[in-house]
Amino acid sequence: MAETELYKLTETMCGEIDQWIAKFPPERKQSALLASLHIVQKETGWLSTAQLNAVADYLGLAYVTVYEVATFYSMYDLQPVGRHKVHLCNNISCMLNGSEKLSEHVKAKLGVEFGATTTDGKFTLKHAECLAACAGAPAAQIDGVHYENLTPEKIDKILDNLD
Amino acid sequence: MTNVCYRTLQFDEPWTLEAYESVGGYQVLRRIMQEKTPCDQIINELKEASLRGRGGAGFPTGVKWSFMTSASQGAKYVVCNADESEPGTCKDRDILRYNPHQLIEGMIIAGYAMGCTSGYIYIRGEFTEPFARVETALQQAKAAGLVGSNILESGFDFQLETAIGAGAYICGEETALLNSLEGKKGFPRFKPPFPANVGLYGRPTTVNNVETLASVPVILEKGAKWFLELGKPNNGGTKIFSVTGHVNKPGNYEVPLGIPFKELLELAGGVRNGNKLKAVIPGGSSMPVLPAEIIMETDMDYDSLMKAGSMLGTAAVIVMDETTCMVKALECISKFYMEESCGQCTPCREGTGWLHRVIHRIENGQGKPEDLDNLVRVAKNIEGRTICALGEAAAWPVGAFMKHFRDEFAYHIQHKKCLVG
Ligand SMILES: Cc1cc2nc3c(=O)[nH]c(=O)nc-3n(C[C@H](O)[C@H](O)[C@H](O)COP(=O)(O)O)c2cc1C
Ligand code: FES
Repeated sequence: MAETELYKLTETMCGEIDQWIAKFPPERKQSALLASLHIVQKETGWLSTAQLNAVADYLGLAYVTVYEVATFYSMYDLQPVGRHKVHLCNNISCMLNGSEKLSEHVKAKLGVEFGATTTDGKFTLKHAECLAACAGAPAAQIDGVHYENLTPEKIDKILDNLD
Repeated sequence: MTNVCYRTLQFDEPWTLEAYESVGGYQVLRRIMQEKTPCDQIINELKEASLRGRGGAGFPTGVKWSFMTSASQGAKYVVCNADESEPGTCKDRDILRYNPHQLIEGMIIAGYAMGCTSGYIYIRGEFTEPFARVETALQQAKAAGLVGSNILESGFDFQLETAIGAGAYICGEETALLNSLEGKKGFPRFKPPFPANVGLYGRPTTVNNVETLASVPVILEKGAKWFLELGKPNNGGTKIFSVTGHVNKPGNYEVPLGIPFKELLELAGGVRNGNKLKAVIPGGSSMPVLPAEIIMETDMDYDSLMKAGSMLGTAAVIVMDETTCMVKALECISKFYMEESCGQCTPCREGTGWLHRVIHRIENGQGKPEDLDNLVRVAKNIEGRTICALGEAAAWPVGAFMKHFRDEFAYHIQHKKCLVG
């Protein structure tokens, strides 16, 4: 496939992936797939087809196997995303504690709907499913970090401090 | 409070090896390795302690472990389910963040008692901080000779590693978790065969929840009788209740099983703003809701909640006060199960969508009178017709909301607005 030639895993990526492969029996490299995709996604925040193919080749898997996994799990983004991922929880404990108001606030502040990226490419706004931070509702995950007991003022500060 | 899984919480850095050892951590493992305690003895102790699975189903842990002891050559696995994703539940995250060594000790003992060669701790992908804490603790344990080959010079080998998910509630279901651990999409597997016979990589495997495994070292240290008597017969020990929603002090409370709901509510600071209690979901969002009159008279343990018409589940206690619109609450819950249905079984894939769409239209003033019976019918037709229990998780809330709050749904349909607020 021509596309694979466009992307080569970096040495650092391969090193990290190798550590994951070592956790599983030698003939079970596929077990390292979820972690490998996380590792490669760190580079740009999303996974291109060329990157998926490169991971498949590295682990000795069929491309379709990797696509199947990449499309199944919600943490993999298969389209370009903003520099910062803002994921707001709207499940029951957060809903009871004002997550809807918070969501409206963030949508207005960023000027985007859920699932979209701001025009300056800075933020991608998404829903998170319950983050197991329900005692600190409403909760959000921003760039992989949990934030709890959020208020409009609090999230403003967090978002304003990101470059 | 009696701390079992949270026994390091009083320290500034409760997650360190030093903190854990200062409360007696790894002493039980040392004793077992030295005395070569018979596996049966450990398993019997858990049975006598009446430790029941903390992941939701409440299956007796000792019984589960005994399924694994039948002689079988080759690899056998113990897997920790740290996927914690049932809405309302946030107890395992704090064990992982604040007391990871106790989970690790529990897993090594589990591995020994079931004759396992290796173990994996499968942690949900969103758990950045918990993952780092567990990984660091595991490296410390390895360096101290507590995990790996020839543990504490006993001749017992047990490899333990972390593994990571990538965002999927279904991967908390144990066979979906095993597929995920194999690097596949998280589709639940048909049972039988059960994981104890055909699990990870086709080998005998036991999956246990974080809290279940973390309870083991303390039970073996203080004895089955001590643990059992903390709780009630058939409902041994303490349990971590994640109390959330409309309370003044939401949080994780580790208290004896069988605590009256009233007392638990008091611990959590009572209902916010002095409001009146309306309803409580006692075990995570998939469990049947109970109205205030019933829950106020109920004790919080597996058997009492079952008698009251609900279940303990994950012991995530979701409190709703008089300002709550029950239609809106159910809409929120049903949306989650629709989003998270893996799509493998038609009744669940299609049924969860129907449930949510109908509840959504009632909430938005477009409901029809026949919707009420239709909701119950659709929910009934999902139940028992799916490979895994996500079908029930989606259906039970609907059945219970309709049973206890049907009038509120009817009001919504007739008046096109909420009964409250
Ligand atoms: C849809 C679904 C989601 C589940 N999610 C979890 C979970 O996040 N954590 C967990 O420990 N168990 C979860 N379970 C229960 C597991 O299948 C399994 O029963 C449990 O991990 C066994 O551990 P235990 O016996 O120690 O409770 C889930 C079950 C279903 C059907
Ligand atoms: S409901 Fe929002 S974190 Fe659990």
